[in-house]
Amino acid sequence: MIRRNFTKLLAGASLAASLMGTTAMAQDDMRIALVVKALGIGFFEAAAKGAEEAAAELGNVEIIYTGPTDTTAEGQIEVLNSLIAQGVDAIAVSANDTDALVPTLKKAMQRGITVISWDSGVAAEGRQMHLNPSSNALIGNMIIKLAADELPDGGEVALLSATTTSTNQNIWIEEMMKVMDNYPGIEVVTTVYGDDLADKSYREAQGLMQSHPDLDAIIAPTSVGIVAAAQAVADADKIGQVNVTGLGLPSEMAGAIESGASKSFAIWNPIDLGYSAAMIAHALASESAVAEPGAEISIGRMGTITLDDANEAAMADPFIYDASNIDEFKSIF
Amino acid sequence: MLQRIIRARETLLLGAILVLIALISTRFPGFIAPSNLARVFNDTSPLILLAIGQMIVILTRCIDLSVAANLALTGMVVAMVNLSFPGLPVALIVVLAIALGTAMGMVNGLLVWKLAIPPIVVTLGTMTIFRGIIFLISDGKWVNSHEMSAAFKAFPRAEFLGLPMLSWTAIAAVLLFTVVMTRTTFGRAAYAVGGNPHAATYTGIDVGRTQFWAFTISGALAGLTGYLWVSRYAVAYVDIAGGFELDVVAACVIGGISIAGGIGTIGGALLGALFLGVIKNALPVINISPFWQLAISGAAIIIAVAVNARANCEKGRIILKSAEHAA
Repeated sequence: MIRRNFTKLLAGASLAASLMGTTAMAQDDMRIALVVKALGIGFFEAAAKGAEEAAAELGNVEIIYTGPTDTTAEGQIEVLNSLIAQGVDAIAVSANDTDALVPTLKKAMQRGITVISWDSGVAAEGRQMHLNPSSNALIGNMIIKLAADELPDGGEVALLSATTTSTNQNIWIEEMMKVMDNYPGIEVVTTVYGDDLADKSYREAQGLMQSHPDLDAIIAPTSVGIVAAAQAVADADKIGQVNVTGLGLPSEMAGAIESGASKSFAIWNPIDLGYSAAMIAHALASESAVAEPGAEISIGRMGTITLDDANEAAMADPFIYDASNIDEFKSIF
Repeated sequence: MLQRIIRARETLLLGAILVLIALISTRFPGFIAPSNLARVFNDTSPLILLAIGQMIVILTRCIDLSVAANLALTGMVVAMVNLSFPGLPVALIVVLAIALGTAMGMVNGLLVWKLAIPPIVVTLGTMTIFRGIIFLISDGKWVNSHEMSAAFKAFPRAEFLGLPMLSWTAIAAVLLFTVVMTRTTFGRAAYAVGGNPHAATYTGIDVGRTQFWAFTISGALAGLTGYLWVSRYAVAYVDIAGGFELDVVAACVIGGISIAGGIGTIGGALLGALFLGVIKNALPVINISPFWQLAISGAAIIIAVAVNARANCEKGRIILKSAEHAA
């Protein structure tokens, strides 16, 4: 009997201690949630690594890396609601839908949570600021430049995008079309959509090579599409005739660079992006910076960003990967 | 008599596929070239393999929504095994894939058989569990083309008599399961269970056990397809074949397999899959706005099912009439 009471007492004491422990931790640590389009995508895993790096640098910051299991706005709203319930200090989200997340994010802001979007933005009323990995104009120019650099005498290129409603891809393609005059002789024959599914992208790439026998390049500004297109080109024995380029991850594209199906591709550094998003979220949540047009926010080793009229900022230029540097980067992300 | 109707329906579907191919070739002449048709068949092979398994499951009044997740999990496991032991012979990888898929199918089957949970609930659950396990084992990372061994990627592409092994696998499965479904006790039991489970029980057929084996076969085929899929597209990640289970069910429904069980043939599943495969492969080459593509695929499915429903309807009327005459 005595022993049982003692056990109870001990259990109670340790429970109280652990409760006190967590309360103390919650007060000390700033909790920044990094919400991604879907878990399991290499790009976002790398961004989480960058955010952790920022957290280590800042100290007393806990990064909660989370997201839905598939790229839907519904899934993201569920994740956001649970974060609001947990009472995190800041949310940095890469949105699956520009508008669908706005009501939920507004609710978060009403409860005093700092909300920023990064990578794929939400509408202005749903966030305090948006961090673009690069400027859309620079990316649009980069993807056509990558293709044109390999085609000094001009040629036919086709676009293999994600879904017809992907915010990112549509803007980049639009920006690309604006600078087409700078690349005389390059003709964009068509745009097809692989829905970010390996099998559909593969099939669309095969279709492109069939319906455009003189095709010189496939530009895929999406990481699933570019890998699938490179595989389709390799399987069709068209390496050397059709160059696959666009935006991809070094680890996923290493095989395509090695086989020659892709000569070069570009991507910003997702580690830097996650790092910068965490830095900005911390600066805004700790009120050391204010999100307003013209404001300058320091983002540690990445320098400073300046917000434009729409409270948006660009981090850096996309970086080109080719046979000379792929081995160095393929193990990073 | 019944067999003739079924045969007629399959002829109808075959005719529809031929008309479809003819229509497509008016817009893109290259589509009808034998090499291209072989390519379309090859591209449809994974769908055919899964549709065969699904057909057997649907035949026993069940449904297997976990096939695509089973495929993805098996694909990820074999890709990771290949990553860790690049020297492992492909034959062993294939055996491993089938074994894994079979085990997952058995889990579905056992839950349906022993706990009598509705199949749609069981497989909806296992579908999510399988996808979840992929996250757990892969940490969300991809297995990429340069990490897979050359032999691992070569098998589905290796050509034999002008066709890749992927196509031969589908052909072999069609032949094997045609025999199983028409010439074995299990095959006949599957039809009996779906047609009238109570009558089947009275004739001494264990309904649950038959359903268990149907799920097991579906799982085995999904596992095999998992390896073929991952090696063909040379990439393994969590979302591979996302939503593919719906294509598989659609292929079965188009192929005249009654969702209420008891009616359907392997040939029907094959043709249903080919119908979808032709549409999927044609849409990219015939210059139709991508904004229309989803609507067109959907419309084609509904039309095919409507035709099937009409066929069923007429059959019902004939039976009633003869019954009236008899009375």
